[in-house]
Amino acid sequence: MGDVFATAADWISSILARLGIPDPALPWILAVARAFLLGVSGLLLVVFLIWFERKIVARMQDRIGPNRVGPYGLLQTIADVLKLMLKEDLVPLRGDRILFHLAPILTVMSVVGLWAVIPLAAGVYGADLEVGALYLPAAAVLATLGILMAGWSSDNKFALMSAFRAAAQLVSYATPAMLALLVPVMLAGTLRLDGIIAAQDGMWYGVTAPLAALVFLTASLAEVGRAPFELLEAESELVAGFHTEYSGIRFGMFFAAEFLHAFTIGSITAVMFLGGWQGPGAARYPTLGAVYFVVKSFAAYFLLVWARATLPRVRIDRMLDFCWKVLTPAMLVLIGAVAVIDRALAGSPFWARQGALLGANVLVAAGAVALLGRSPHPSPQGGRMKPEQERTP
Amino acid sequence: MTADQILFLVFAILGLGLAAASVALRNLVRAAFALIGCLFAVAALYALLEASLFVVAQAAVYVGAIAVLIVLVVMLTRRELREKATQTHRYAPLAAVLAALITAGLAAGLSRFASFARTMPALPPDDMVIRLGDALVDPSGFLIPFEAVSVMLLSVLIGAVFVAGGTRPGRGKG
Repeated sequence: MGDVFATAADWISSILARLGIPDPALPWILAVARAFLLGVSGLLLVVFLIWFERKIVARMQDRIGPNRVGPYGLLQTIADVLKLMLKEDLVPLRGDRILFHLAPILTVMSVVGLWAVIPLAAGVYGADLEVGALYLPAAAVLATLGILMAGWSSDNKFALMSAFRAAAQLVSYATPAMLALLVPVMLAGTLRLDGIIAAQDGMWYGVTAPLAALVFLTASLAEVGRAPFELLEAESELVAGFHTEYSGIRFGMFFAAEFLHAFTIGSITAVMFLGGWQGPGAARYPTLGAVYFVVKSFAAYFLLVWARATLPRVRIDRMLDFCWKVLTPAMLVLIGAVAVIDRALAGSPFWARQGALLGANVLVAAGAVALLGRSPHPSPQGGRMKPEQERTP
Repeated sequence: MTADQILFLVFAILGLGLAAASVALRNLVRAAFALIGCLFAVAALYALLEASLFVVAQAAVYVGAIAVLIVLVVMLTRRELREKATQTHRYAPLAAVLAALITAGLAAGLSRFASFARTMPALPPDDMVIRLGDALVDPSGFLIPFEAVSVMLLSVLIGAVFVAGGTRPGRGKG
């Protein structure tokens, strides 16, 4: 029972061999099967994620949430998916047909593509990429392209405005997210995700570099465009944003991509900052490692759901201010500090080094918070608001 | 033909086709997305060479930053999306002659290039990213070009800030 994954692979290859499939073709068939399995299980996970999120948000807002279809409302999402599939698929008359159909595919592709490199357990991953930590933000930018495509091809001014916001917001927040990922990469000395997990054997980077973990979560939340950063689909301003014109299963694809992306961010946080699949006995029993990984991913994902349920939406200029004037400088300072400490204390005892790293994180975080309190909030026209303007409701 | 050669041909044809499409398409936004597809085809060629860092850098830098900017600029200049404008110029024949000359010159030069027949050398098993990083900060390696590029990028950034900041109202002449 130790290694479900290896057992399953052995079982499938033995069946294939009995069917008379030639030996050299086996690894190819297994690779395709693995990719198919990863993608499908990721998308099926969304069905559960939507139920999970609706339940949690409902509880936080003193409601019950879905409770009619199936036990605890578990089958509610399946009913919703069926409804979406049966709905009419509309295409705007003057829109760009090709790009309109391509956009949701690209968006889903970018999210499912992330799962190719995330290690699920010891030695269980789609591909052990040499530059895995760089691949994650690179694959995520496809989602930006998908949103731009959707916004433009819809021939709808609200959708187009949403696409412009997307370009400003997603590209800006990719910067602090990438910088935050650099911290574990520097500490582990490798871009390989497996190596980063192995380097967290003694201590999670989320403990020694909590600021980087927090900035990564915040910036990624903005990159997905979820509350409190859901300016792409601010319903009081932009109808539904870039997917205003989408209906039926194409809307469902955007919806599924958003939920899966949020959970994927939880998984990336688990890999980069919470030790991935590591835990007691995980190296001997990969199945146990997968359980640890899922639990950690859900813990990080829970933080995102919590933020969504409790925080009000941020105004766009303040949000971009926060990215460029607080998060990015804080991460640049932190990277410098981590590089210096990691080299200067390379020979000193383990705990002294971890303590110094933690101290640097706390100092930079305190500096960032102080900066946040002092930073002027400009009006949308630029420049500071006059006091009498601030008083009028 | 080996599988690698077939894949190379597929991606090379795809890249060339999309490059031609990005020039020939009448719709500017579609042309921009064709350019993005072309950049991805180039990334696939890097992948065939097992240069995974270049694949990811190509996707992150060209597709992630530059292509998004191009698409955004094209969308903002919507009034210029004239789909009925002629796509040729009155100097088009001259350009064709020039292009033919350059192609001929390149073909003549490349036909004497000996490395075409060489197969790809086996890569050493160690981490290529670390080797690249070492080479970039090694004085006998690429330290000076690397620093020169860094200084140039910094001056470009400062210049961009100066140009953008100069037009702000309430700061003397705009």
